[in-house]
Amino acid sequence: MEILRDVSIDWLGKKWIFLSISFVLLAVGVGAYIVHGGLAYGIDFTGGTIIYLKFDKTPDIDAIRSALRPESVGTTIIQQYDTREMNSVVVRMQMVFETEQGVDAGQKAVRQLLSSAFDPQNVGRGELDFNSVGLGTVAQFIRNADPDNLQAQNKTAQEAEDHYQALARSLLDYRDRTKDGLVNSLDELAGVPGSSAAVVDSLRKGFYTGSFAVKGVESVGAVVGANLRRRASLAVGLSLLGMLVYIGFRFKPVYGVAAVIALFHDVLITLGLFAVTGKEISLIVVAAILTLVGYSVNDTIVIFDRVRENLPRYRRQPISEVLNLSINQTLSRTVMTSGMTFLSVLALFVFGGEVLNAFSFALVIGIIAGTYSTIALASPIVVAWTRMQEDRPKRKTS
Amino acid sequence: MQKNLKWKLLLILAVMLIALYWTVSPSERGEGWFSRINLGLDLRGGIHLVLQVMTDEALQQEINQDAEKIALDLRAKGITLESSRRSGGLSLEVTGVDSARESEVRAYLGAGYERRYTNRSRTIEGKTTYTLTLLGAESRRLQESTVRQALETVRRRVDALGVAEPTLQIYGSSGQEVQDQIIVELPGVDDPERVKELIGRTAQLELRLVKRENGGPFTSIESAVQANSGRIPEGWEILPSRDDRGQQQSRLEYLVVSSVPTITGGHLKNARRDVDGNGLPAVGFYLNAEGADIFTRTSEQHIGDRLAIVLDKVVVSAPVINERLGADNIIHGQFTVQQAEDLAMLLRSGALPASLRVLEERTVGASLGNDSIQAGLMAWAIGFGLVVLGMVVYYRRSGWNAVLCLVGNLVLLMGFMGAVGATLTLPGIAGVLLTIGMAVDANILIFERIREEMRSGKTVRASIDDGFKRAFLTIFDSNTTTLIAAAFLFQFGTGPIRGFAVTLTVGLVANLFTAVWMSHRFFDWMLGDRKVETLSI
Repeated sequence: MEILRDVSIDWLGKKWIFLSISFVLLAVGVGAYIVHGGLAYGIDFTGGTIIYLKFDKTPDIDAIRSALRPESVGTTIIQQYDTREMNSVVVRMQMVFETEQGVDAGQKAVRQLLSSAFDPQNVGRGELDFNSVGLGTVAQFIRNADPDNLQAQNKTAQEAEDHYQALARSLLDYRDRTKDGLVNSLDELAGVPGSSAAVVDSLRKGFYTGSFAVKGVESVGAVVGANLRRRASLAVGLSLLGMLVYIGFRFKPVYGVAAVIALFHDVLITLGLFAVTGKEISLIVVAAILTLVGYSVNDTIVIFDRVRENLPRYRRQPISEVLNLSINQTLSRTVMTSGMTFLSVLALFVFGGEVLNAFSFALVIGIIAGTYSTIALASPIVVAWTRMQEDRPKRKTS
Repeated sequence: MQKNLKWKLLLILAVMLIALYWTVSPSERGEGWFSRINLGLDLRGGIHLVLQVMTDEALQQEINQDAEKIALDLRAKGITLESSRRSGGLSLEVTGVDSARESEVRAYLGAGYERRYTNRSRTIEGKTTYTLTLLGAESRRLQESTVRQALETVRRRVDALGVAEPTLQIYGSSGQEVQDQIIVELPGVDDPERVKELIGRTAQLELRLVKRENGGPFTSIESAVQANSGRIPEGWEILPSRDDRGQQQSRLEYLVVSSVPTITGGHLKNARRDVDGNGLPAVGFYLNAEGADIFTRTSEQHIGDRLAIVLDKVVVSAPVINERLGADNIIHGQFTVQQAEDLAMLLRSGALPASLRVLEERTVGASLGNDSIQAGLMAWAIGFGLVVLGMVVYYRRSGWNAVLCLVGNLVLLMGFMGAVGATLTLPGIAGVLLTIGMAVDANILIFERIREEMRSGKTVRASIDDGFKRAFLTIFDSNTTTLIAAAFLFQFGTGPIRGFAVTLTVGLVANLFTAVWMSHRFFDWMLGDRKVETLSI
């Protein structure tokens, strides 16, 4: 199969259209930036806390919101995120709870408030929530309870220890892997390999099953955040500089400049769309932007490479013709490559889960912008510069 | 040519088999597939903590000790002085020193403290005040050694918890914005609250005498002061005493105790979980020879007095001394079994030289990690499937050549990860996926070039050779720029992001081997010795 063979599109003739599109997109980004009062930096950069929660049934977001009163935990953003059951909720707190001991006061407060709102009957009793305990606690508890009567069978302490350690592990594996972190009732545990009704009965004496589980927590202090933000900008800036130097060295300085302006444009467009959508800029989004810088320069290099090859061959032609020709000759490749990478990144965006969502979003945007900006931006810059160079000697003679 | 090719194909096979071995062979970690691939915290679950060592505390304590020592020494020489104490920041002040003996004091300070402090003095009406300020180099040295000590203590505690493959490292260097930090990564740990509690506790054990008259307990600091006729005498101080009964709000009481501990954590030899006379959980501790000696003497002299067991400046219990005590003792304090176990472990691993503060915490539960693996693999499989489909539809038989190279690339990447023990993180999986997209770029460049060469009328064989030759420079350039970005990524990021940079880099380097060299050999193989007119591309 072959498409885009022998195309002859006058790309550079349409440069004003392209430039207007870029200008509009950038303007929209800037507008959103102003309207939203800047980019939504994630807790990696501002400090704050993110808590991933899972509930036993689709939770009432308003109930969560009213449990997490702003006067006790500051402003929170509460979102449902899983696609199948809608039982998962992520709570973002921008307020930094930094006590003498550290940054984790916020998540403790959230845990407590949610417990008293969703499990009021269990708060204050001595029992522990099976959905939030760790392996050590469970293992120790059932070892002491000894539901399998190992002591009566004259087993050594070590044997009992190993036996119950393995049992605790399989109980928690059931909770974490089969049930995705949340057991609805202790009765379910009777069916776990190695477990029995006696085990469940003994667990009942020390545990209850809470109606939500904390699957993960990220807390970042304000000091760390400020430092990370500086390093992120530095890394992006330096990588752009790296591109400038490499391309300037491999081609001509003006090609480096053109490529870096195009890259800068890609980064700005991507950031602009983050401003529009209000998605958070996190550490991993910065990683995506750095990747984008490395990736979208590829297109530019492929086309510039072809220009370098074509220049001696078509010496009589004006530079804009050579560029048009080069773009058209490599167009099939450009579409194929960008298409393939786009498909893999799109798969990541759709199926990659909550944690990678913003990361793949940045790449999806970046790949489109990167492909487009080589043709729309980098090429016209090279043409304009080369024409200026050609004009200069003429002006001198006249 | 053909014979040569056979050897080259064998080489490819050998390289792939080696990579495959490093990918799927069993390892110390277990028998399962891919057990060699080291999963990051974000995939297997665990805790990542950034801790700030409050080194200033250690510096201040050091200065306090020096101040006390100076006062003692000078008084021993019969030199009068008003006070010797730390005076804000990192300096100490010795005030009201008899100025007649200035040369003697100067000689003493010069001999013992010149290396540590700068010394300024001023004399007013026969009284001299010496201000000693800690030298910059000295304070840095102390800070660094405090951080090292803290790291060692944390390491002992983590080891005692039985965490497999923990990572602990000192982060940031002195003089920079980020300094005195410790990064702790504990894979598989599922009980963050307990771990933070255990790592962060200073665990400074002290045994102090309780004041015989009006020693308390009092319900408030004010009443303690009042009972001592409005002023706590020198050598005593008020400490809170916690009464931990189950889940209830702890009630605070106050005791007046000696400001100089009789026994400190440094005198401990060992500690273990124990039971007291009533069979309740308690912590037994064992003193070293020096500690036992002091303790025996003190207990003899103070039978009938109370002895406060102080942990991190809070009184745990204050039993009455009934008899002469020896090296082997017990702490009661309404512990649960777990609390007693933990406290014994903390005492064994030693006190932290300064308190720790959690600057950053990332906890990934096992189920969240599992979700991420599922989602990552799903995205990966679909992305891979789409790319394979696209390549085969567009380039037909040659597309399979590219797919084969892609698989080879992945095998090399995984083999490398397994061989060097690099860590696969969630962004790393994204990196693998992105590598797929970028790896086919090389194939596409080459195939498009071959098509062009064929259009210009060259034979199939010449077109292939020229296609590879001409595309190489472009591929090299574009891979290099991506590597530059990956290098900055690695430098900038920590943990998960580094994992991403690593997979991206290795994938691109492997790409040069598979897409540029291996793919060429496959074409040679496909064509064989026959004279070919057409190529399915």
